[in-house]
Amino acid sequence: MSARHHLLYSEEEEALRAAVRDLLTDHCDAAGVIARTESGTPHDRALWKRLTEGMGLAGLLVPEDLGGQGATHREAAVVLEELGRAVAPVPYLTSAVVATEALLAAGARDLLGELASGDTVGVLAVALNVAPHGAWRTVRLAGGALHGELTGIADAAAADVLLVPADDGGLYAVAAGAVTVTPQVSLDLTRPVATVVLDGAPGTRVGATGPAVRRALRAGAGLLASEQLGLADWCLTETVRHLKERRQFNRPVGGFQALKHRLARLWLEIAGLRAAARNAADALVGGADTDVAVTVAQAYAAPVAVRAAEEALQLHGGIGMTWEHPVHLYLKRAKADSIAYGTAGGHRAALAELVDLRAP
Amino acid sequence: MTDATGLKGRAAELLAAHPPATTGRLDFLRARFDAGLAWVHFPEGLGGLGAPRSLQPVVDAELAAAGAPDNDPRRIGIGLGMAAPTILQYGTEEQKRRFLRPLWTGEEVWCQLFSEPGAGSDLAALGTRAVRQDDEWIVDGQKVWTSSAHLARWAILIARTDPDVPKHRGITYFVCDMTDPGVEVRPLRQITGEAEFNEVFLTGVRIPDAHRLGEVGDGWRVAQTTLMNERVSIGGMRLPREGGMIAPVARTWRTRPDLRTHDLHQRLLTLWVEAEVSRLTGERLRQQLAAGQPGPEGSGMKLTFARLNQEISGLEVELLGEEGLLYDDWSLRRPELVDFTGRDAGYRYLRSKGNSIEGGTSEVLLNIVAERVLGLPAEPRTDKDVAWKDLSR
Repeated sequence: MSARHHLLYSEEEEALRAAVRDLLTDHCDAAGVIARTESGTPHDRALWKRLTEGMGLAGLLVPEDLGGQGATHREAAVVLEELGRAVAPVPYLTSAVVATEALLAAGARDLLGELASGDTVGVLAVALNVAPHGAWRTVRLAGGALHGELTGIADAAAADVLLVPADDGGLYAVAAGAVTVTPQVSLDLTRPVATVVLDGAPGTRVGATGPAVRRALRAGAGLLASEQLGLADWCLTETVRHLKERRQFNRPVGGFQALKHRLARLWLEIAGLRAAARNAADALVGGADTDVAVTVAQAYAAPVAVRAAEEALQLHGGIGMTWEHPVHLYLKRAKADSIAYGTAGGHRAALAELVDLRAP
Repeated sequence: MTDATGLKGRAAELLAAHPPATTGRLDFLRARFDAGLAWVHFPEGLGGLGAPRSLQPVVDAELAAAGAPDNDPRRIGIGLGMAAPTILQYGTEEQKRRFLRPLWTGEEVWCQLFSEPGAGSDLAALGTRAVRQDDEWIVDGQKVWTSSAHLARWAILIARTDPDVPKHRGITYFVCDMTDPGVEVRPLRQITGEAEFNEVFLTGVRIPDAHRLGEVGDGWRVAQTTLMNERVSIGGMRLPREGGMIAPVARTWRTRPDLRTHDLHQRLLTLWVEAEVSRLTGERLRQQLAAGQPGPEGSGMKLTFARLNQEISGLEVELLGEEGLLYDDWSLRRPELVDFTGRDAGYRYLRSKGNSIEGGTSEVLLNIVAERVLGLPAEPRTDKDVAWKDLSR
């Protein structure tokens, strides 16, 4: 793909999408995802194994000499579009993107290899709502061990290792077995959050917290837009399909102009989100303008994804309000995503500084 | 020969043979057309070289760098954007040779005689009649919203040639001579105070059959080419970041801290983001076209363009406070070119109201997206099988 066509998908990227979508079609159906949310194991370990061991997707951002695939954010974004389309309950964004980016910044070679294989799930112990420009909580380092309590840690229940920011400015790798992880009752049951209590937990310093966490959160925010694109696209596609079939007043409901116009507007917004998400993914590969690209994508993505899910629910009518229909999974994910890695308003405030449109 | 290197070579040859410094503007433009460098994707002999359209910027950049004059595309937008692609697709060899060269050089300005007082969104219901008389057509009717009619040498015209068949089937497409004595152009004053558009009255206008584009009765299909190109040209300009309507309001925000409020700040940032995303969407569309995989995004660009222009200019008037109470000039002007961002904030606010009406209303475009992109059921068409003469009006 030439640099001039950076907003499109290359043939290789489309092939990757097709492979991930096939796998998810076979192994991540909506009924199964709903059933899993009520089980004691919200994360789908078997699916994770297929995505990682089977396809090597956890290592996309890791160089080949460290055991990864040496691919880029562009490919990871395509994977996230498909995972978003399926609201797949796997720790891909948290482990293969955010924790991996933190380790890349810190240069933690051994741990990177473990995460790249997918055998180890790593999670950055920063609350999911923290934006790349935001502040995060730290734990206390005393007597060579870590003490403190952190909340809102996404996918902590699936983690084998946590990357914990401590008050000495260091980022520490801590085995999940050495801390107490307690699931919180989460709005989004497919990416649940948990509290992490460290009571004298031993940790290995992997590097300085500041640059690692900022880089990790920026990548998370930028690629979250692709997940939001995938889930918004599912909402539109499913709603259009439903409205072509659903008949009331002796005609397809999708023939009423009030609904056609709503769906056309939603399509327009999703076309915009596709361009913004693609631009952010490409900028993360190494553009000069990455902060603006990521901030624009996040200031735009959340309202579109939430509206897509809300429109899907409303336009499905009563069936959309049932636990049985999957649209609520998308609504809950979209709403949680609107807080994850900073709200749209928070990103707009950051943009005001970046492009010199300052507050009064 | 028609790759970037070849085109650069051709441009160098043109510049050597006709140095811009010592060549008259029109002579240079004619020579550029004859060298196939006007629109490189057109066929040889018609201003092009049959090269990929994506290579045109290579030529434009080479010639601009050498100080060559351009054909002032804003002045001849209708000719370039609408008439030319239609003539290329449907014109006879003779028509192409007669019309395209002076169209491109700007020697002959074109306008578009499509809309009528009784046929707006329902353009196919148009009532302007063309009756055949030997080798000529006699045209009577009224057209409206015609930009550049007062400057135009030629018009693309659609008229009813058969009232006894359903509306879409009885239309024929012509090239109309605007100097015909039966053509009367009257300025139509707009809410901005100026008269950018015209009403055009056609009374016994004679058009030779040789100036028909496409078959008799096939005018609706021919017009689709024109309309498709119109929508692309209205919403599809390439802009830099913070280009277009957002530029003046961002400038005002930076230079006038006294005007800032928290509410305006939130709205400005939201619109800035939307303008940037719209720019990226347009860029993505252009990349799809260049890669030979046109996507459906084109259908939507004008919708977003219209909404953002209106919201951004509305915000700008509000931001200006006391100055927003003023307007630069209400006098009836006759602008030579269409410039949505020209003049002051009040003008931008009023002029952009037309963006959701001209070239297809936003309501019609939303139907098009819903039906052609999303595949939702079409609107009921009660007039589909009714002869035009039997329609209610």
